[in-house]
Order: sequence, then structure tokens, then C-alpha cells
Amino acid sequence: MAASYPVETSFLFGRLTLDALPLNEPIVVATFAVVAMGGLAVFGGLTYFRLWGYLWREWFTSVDHKKIGIMYMVLGIVMLLRGFADAIMMRLQQALAFNGSEGYLNAHHYDQIFTAHGVIMIFFVAMPLVTGLMNYVVPLQIGARDVSFPFLNNFSFWMTTGGAILVMMSLFIGEFAKTGWLAYPPLSGIGYSPDPGVDYYIWALQIAGVGTTLSGVNLICTIIKMRAPGMSLMKMPVFTWTSLCTNVLIVATFPVLTAVLVLLSLDRYLGMNFFTNDFGGSPMLYVNLIWIWGHPEVYILILPAFGVFSEVASTFSGKRLFGYTSMVYATVVITILSYLVWLHHFFTMGSGASVNSFFGITTMIISIPTGAKIFNWLFTMYKGRIKFELPMMYTVAFMITFVIGGMTGVMLAIPPADFVLHNSLFLIAHFHNVIIGGVVFGMFAGIAYWWPKAFGFKLDPFWGKMSFWFWVLGFYFAFMPLYVLGFMGVTRRMRVFDDPSWHIWFLIAGFGAFLILLGIVSFLVQIGVSILKREQLRDETGDPWHGRTLEWATSSPPPAYNFAFTPVIHQIDAWWDMKKRGYVRPLEGYKSIHMPRNTGAGVILAACSVALGFALVWYMWWLAALSFVALVAVAIIHTFNYNRDYDIPAEEVAQTEMERTRLLAGQVTP
Amino acid sequence: MSNATTAPANGEIVFYEVDEHAHPEGHSTALGFWIYLMSDCLIFAMLFATFGVLGGNYAAGPAPKDLFDLELVALNTAMLLFSSITYGFAMLAMEKGKIAQVQVWLGITGLFGLAFLCIELYEFHHMIHVGATPQRSAFLSAFFTLVGTHGLHVTFGLIWLVTMMVQVGYRGLIPANRRRLMCLSMFWHFLDVIWIGVFTFVYLMGMLR
Repeated sequence: MAASYPVETSFLFGRLTLDALPLNEPIVVATFAVVAMGGLAVFGGLTYFRLWGYLWREWFTSVDHKKIGIMYMVLGIVMLLRGFADAIMMRLQQALAFNGSEGYLNAHHYDQIFTAHGVIMIFFVAMPLVTGLMNYVVPLQIGARDVSFPFLNNFSFWMTTGGAILVMMSLFIGEFAKTGWLAYPPLSGIGYSPDPGVDYYIWALQIAGVGTTLSGVNLICTIIKMRAPGMSLMKMPVFTWTSLCTNVLIVATFPVLTAVLVLLSLDRYLGMNFFTNDFGGSPMLYVNLIWIWGHPEVYILILPAFGVFSEVASTFSGKRLFGYTSMVYATVVITILSYLVWLHHFFTMGSGASVNSFFGITTMIISIPTGAKIFNWLFTMYKGRIKFELPMMYTVAFMITFVIGGMTGVMLAIPPADFVLHNSLFLIAHFHNVIIGGVVFGMFAGIAYWWPKAFGFKLDPFWGKMSFWFWVLGFYFAFMPLYVLGFMGVTRRMRVFDDPSWHIWFLIAGFGAFLILLGIVSFLVQIGVSILKREQLRDETGDPWHGRTLEWATSSPPPAYNFAFTPVIHQIDAWWDMKKRGYVRPLEGYKSIHMPRNTGAGVILAACSVALGFALVWYMWWLAALSFVALVAVAIIHTFNYNRDYDIPAEEVAQTEMERTRLLAGQVTP
Repeated sequence: MSNATTAPANGEIVFYEVDEHAHPEGHSTALGFWIYLMSDCLIFAMLFATFGVLGGNYAAGPAPKDLFDLELVALNTAMLLFSSITYGFAMLAMEKGKIAQVQVWLGITGLFGLAFLCIELYEFHHMIHVGATPQRSAFLSAFFTLVGTHGLHVTFGLIWLVTMMVQVGYRGLIPANRRRLMCLSMFWHFLDVIWIGVFTFVYLMGMLR
């Protein structure tokens, strides 16, 4: 049964009462017990080994783009476990709920699960993983020492984490939205969703959205302003190019999300009439606005993955990327076109034939630059000396899987076909096909590719391949049946079924989800095993894959300052060019290096924001006011700190570089 | 500082810049702030679009002609435009390095901004008093949100402006403060531009509806 929330509120706790704790949901209570025990174990372990000070000084307050990038990746992987737990619960429910069985999840709980799954996977798994990779790799690829605004970077990370924390809180205090991941009104309006679920949704996304937007501003500036001398735009590595386009998209779309969620919250909190059914409100306005953000968002996720595949394909084929210029133009064209297709998410709205045709055609046009990219990767591999290391395996799996997903996407882009397939499991299969086959495979390829750069040792190949095969097979088992079910007319977000002929397909899909579970476990085992076997997997060259771009020019892990001397770029694959033409590493003349200082302001500001979000969810107005004032005050106080930099002395640089010289001298040159 | 980007005279290709390659502090602040402003501009674009879609949905309630007092709005617009001019004077004083003058002009700018906010609040108060509340119709929801968001920006601009007056007094016109004054200048003029849009699109065209 749903907990009921009293209309009357108390001063101290707003509308939060003990009834809000989901004690009548055994599954949530058990989850809480497990999470609490896990949390206590981690907390106790960190305290016992006295690691809090280390974490605070070296990580939480760090403004080093490399450490922030790694923290983003950790956040994404942790949230992947939560998002996947939701996924496998849904698969289990749908596999069970046949022949009169209600399954094991009630409607109230099930609706929260599918909403949370979507929200978490997009905002708190895919976004942190993508942002993390860009944060780590881009400054290294362009030969910079950090991003343009290092403190802002730290702040952005903690705001993203703050949003994730708020979503996690909703699991145990109150409930999450039951509206689907985009919270369409009027269902998400106060009339139909009076519970705090939608409020958790709004404030989690608003807090995380601030972080995402600012990190977008930061990375654009970094790429525009901080490239090493000689690196013109058309000499940038492709991953940097896709990152630039992604961040342009972030800055140009996340404010739309912010604005539309503000309007929704004004409807909910102040009784305004933007998206209501009466007093002139228009729910379809919300659907339009949120997809103006939502469609570019999927390109925000996929473009960096395209970048990863470009780097991987050329590195592991031992060739320059085929068609660099066309790759860049394709990326830019996709960036622009991604704005002109949003209406294909609701052809059934009834905009009329001409509007639907326009958006159908623009959608189909996107497949042209994307197809050009696929051919570029294929021609890169053609006649190359391909090494099937893990990142390359993911790239090949991506190319096959993504083409299938792309073709079903073109099918959905045909308005008459969409009227049949709209909101069916065919759609679910399609977007998982491109997100798992594109973004997830891309992130795993990226992690395997850059892991040795970040930690100085490679990932264990055996467990990596286990993970790979479980993921790829699991994906096909889990989602191909959904295409079939879509054709049979099964709609999304269903909890129980009455047609027994569908059952077998849901069982197969459930089996696929189980394989993916093994894939995730193998991935975690891979990380654990690799850490244990790090001495065998050690790479001292800093260039384990015979890479082509500048991140491989420095040591692994790179020093805090990345490059003792700024590299000068003459060609597209700068590091390859340096190796080919016999570069000489300067061994003396080190100067002191100016670097930004760590600060705890980002953590404090994000903590104030989480308190503010929580207070607004529960109508604790005093806490909302207090945390808001604190937020502004901390921000102002932070600006009074003018002393934000320090110098790494030349001796320290010399010592670090001598250590690298020693390691390099121990290498047998290939 | 050697020009390591080009090959030196002996034709040897240079792969490293041996001289320290320092980016001067705050070298990309102007660009970064400009990009941020554009993202803010997009929020306003959404609010304008919303007003464009919902602005005629009066729900049998009051319409712009029943509510707007163009003379008052013209006065209000003048306040904001004057504040932009005086901010310009503050920037000129900054270029001359005159701390006291900067603070005086910032103060005058702040007063104009405050006057703008007071008149706006008076207008809101009046509308709510006659029953034209934000809840009354989609038109009024969109109106209060668009104009109110602009007002909220001006409020934050004022807080920032006071902070800058203190910081200029505290540290003088050091490069960091000059940079901040420049950002605030962009922010302040940006709000002016948005207001021109509000004045035209909401008030003037509203009266023609």
C-alpha cells in the first residue's frame, strides 16, 4: 500500500512523518538493511584505516581534473549497480507476472522502479561516466595541465553527486516518482502525484543539472583556450572533438531542462497553470520542452562514445583514423541535427502530417553522418594490423549492435510506423540497443583503454573478456525478445500480463538480464583481480598500446602537472608523429609549475544544495531558507579567498621527471 | 619567451616548449562567463517561448490591457537602462584605476537596480491585489515567471554588486577584481538586453493583443 502523506505539515519536519519510511515494503526494508550494512562496513573500514583525512585532502577537495575524472567514474559505476538492480527487478517481475500471478512487486513499487531505473541510468550512470572520461582525457589529449576552471570542476562533480544522493535518499525516506523517467504532466502535477516522489525527481535533477551545465562550460573553455601550441582545431584528436560537440550540446540544452523543471515545480508548489488541464495550461508544452532537451541528451551520451571508438579503432589497427575530416564534420552535423528532431518522440501527439513529415525526415537524415562514421571505422580497420584487445572487441561489438539499433531507429522515424510502435516494447528495445550497444560498450571500451593511463597497470584481460561476452550475449538475449514483443503490441511499463503467448519472450529477456548481471560482476571482478595482479600488469612506458595521441606521451599515472614541458603539435596524431620523428625528451631546465590549490568549497556548496533539495521535497521551509542562505553565504565567502594557486617547485618537477627517465631507460624499445 | 611553435632557424623540429608555458590566471574567464551567459539566455528563451505559447490563455481572467500600466513600465525600463549607463561609468573609472569612483558608480548602479526592483514589486503587488495572481491563468503564470525570473537575476546581480564594492574596497583594483567587475558588467548588460525583450514582447505586444 502507498504511504499517505498528510496535507497538514509540522513546522519542524514539514510533511515528513514516520509513515514516510517504507517499513511496509519488505523488499525496500531488506535493501535498506543490505545498503546500511555495506555503508557501515565502508564507513568503519575508512575510519579504522584512518583514510578519511586522505580522502578529504587528496580526493574530495582535489581540483585535479584526473582525480575528479576518476571520482566521476566511481560515481557512475556505483550508480550502475543501483540502476541495474532496478532493471533486473523489472525483468523478474515481468517474467513472473503471467497466468494470473501478480508477480512480486506491487504497482506502487513497480512504477517507482521503472522511473528510477531510467533516471538513474541516464543522469547518474551514463552522464558521470561520459563526463568522467572527458574530464580525465581531454586535458591530456590537448597537452594542458588542467581544465580552465579547476575549482568549478570540483564543484560540478559534487553537485552531480548531490543529485545522486537525493535520488538514493528517496529509496528509504518517502518514495520516488511513479511517472516514468520524464515525468509528463498532468500525471506529474500535484493533483495526480501529491507524493514527494516527483519532488525528489525535480530537485535531484536540478542539483545535478547545475553541475552538468557548469562542467560543460568548463570543458568548452578548456578545449577552446588551452590547447598546446600548434594544435589547431583540425589537429585535435577525435575524442576531443566529440567532447567539444558534446559540451556545446550540454550548455545548449541543460538550461532547457532547468527551465522546464522550474515551471513544473511552480505548478506543483505554487499552484500555477503551465501544464495543468485547466486555466489555460498545456501539458503538451511540457512534452515539447523536455524533449528539446531530451533528444540532444542522447547525442550528449553517444558522441563521446563515438570519440572513444575512433581512438580505439585507429590505435588497435595501427593506422591513422580513416577520414578524419569527414569524422569531424559528421560529428558537427549530428550536433546540429540533434536539435531538429525532438518531435519524433511524440508523433502521436497529432501535429499533423506536414509537421510529422518534417521531423521524420530530419530524423532519418541523422543516419547519414552516423553511417559515414561507421564506414570510417571500417576503413580504419581495413588492411590494418588489428589487435583484438578488449577495447577493440567492444568497438567491433558496438559497430554490429549499433547498426541494428540505428536501423530500428529509422523504422521508428517513419510516422505511420511510429503510430503502431509508439510506447511499445519495440521502442524500449530500440533505445537500449543504441544506449547499451553505443554508450555502455563505449564506456567499457574507454575504461579498458585509459585504465593503464590512470593507474599505471592494464586491466586483467581474462575477466575483461568474460565481462565482454556476458554483456554482449546478455544484451541480445535481453532485448531482441523485446522487439518481437513490440510487434505483438506489448506496451512499455506493464506490470502484469494476461496473454500467455508472450511469456516465453519475457523469460528469454529475463535470462538475458541475468547474463548482463554476470557481465557486471565480471567487470567488478576484473577490477579487483587487476589490482591484485597489478605488478604483473604494470606498464612503465606510459604508452602500453602504442598510442597516437598526447595522453600517451606522459607517464602513467601522469604527474599532477601532466606535462613538465608543454608539447608542440605538428600533426593530427601528435604523439605518433613525435615517436616517428624521434622526439627527444628534455631532461633538464625544469621550471616551477603554477597549479591551482585544493578547496573544500565545492563539497560544502553541494552539501548545502542537498539540504535545500531535501527541505523542499518535504516542505521544511525553515531548513530550505537556512540552507539557501548558507549556500549564498558560502559562495560569497569563497570569493574572498584570493589565494588559490601554488607553485610546484622546479626541484620536485625534476625529481618526478628523473624517476620517469629511470623507468623509461629500463624499457626495451620495441 | 621563445617562439617554440615554429621551427627554429636550423630546421630542427621542436616537440616541446622548453620555456615555461603558463596560461595567465583567468585567461579564459571572459569566454567562460560569456558561455555561461548564453546558457542563462537559453533559460530566458524557454520562458519567452512559454509566454509565447501560453500568453493568450487568459482563462476568462484579466488580459494585458486590463493589467499593464505602460507608463510605469516605461519608468521601470528607464531605471534599468540608466543603471547600465552608470555601470559603464564604473568600468571607465576602473580603467583609470580610481577605486573611489568605481565604488560610487557601482553604488549608483545599485540604487537604480533597487529602484527597478521596487517598482516591479509594486507592480506585482498591485496585480495580485486586483486578483491577477500567478495562479489565475496560464497567461499570468507565464507572465509572473518570465518577469520574476528577470527580477530574481537583478536581485542576484545586486548581491554580487555589493560584494564587489566590498572586495574592491578590500583589495583594490587587482586583476582578479577587474576580471570580476568585467563579468558583472556583462551580466548587468545582459539583463538589460533581456529586459528590452520583456518590455517589447510582453508589455508592448501584450497591449496590442
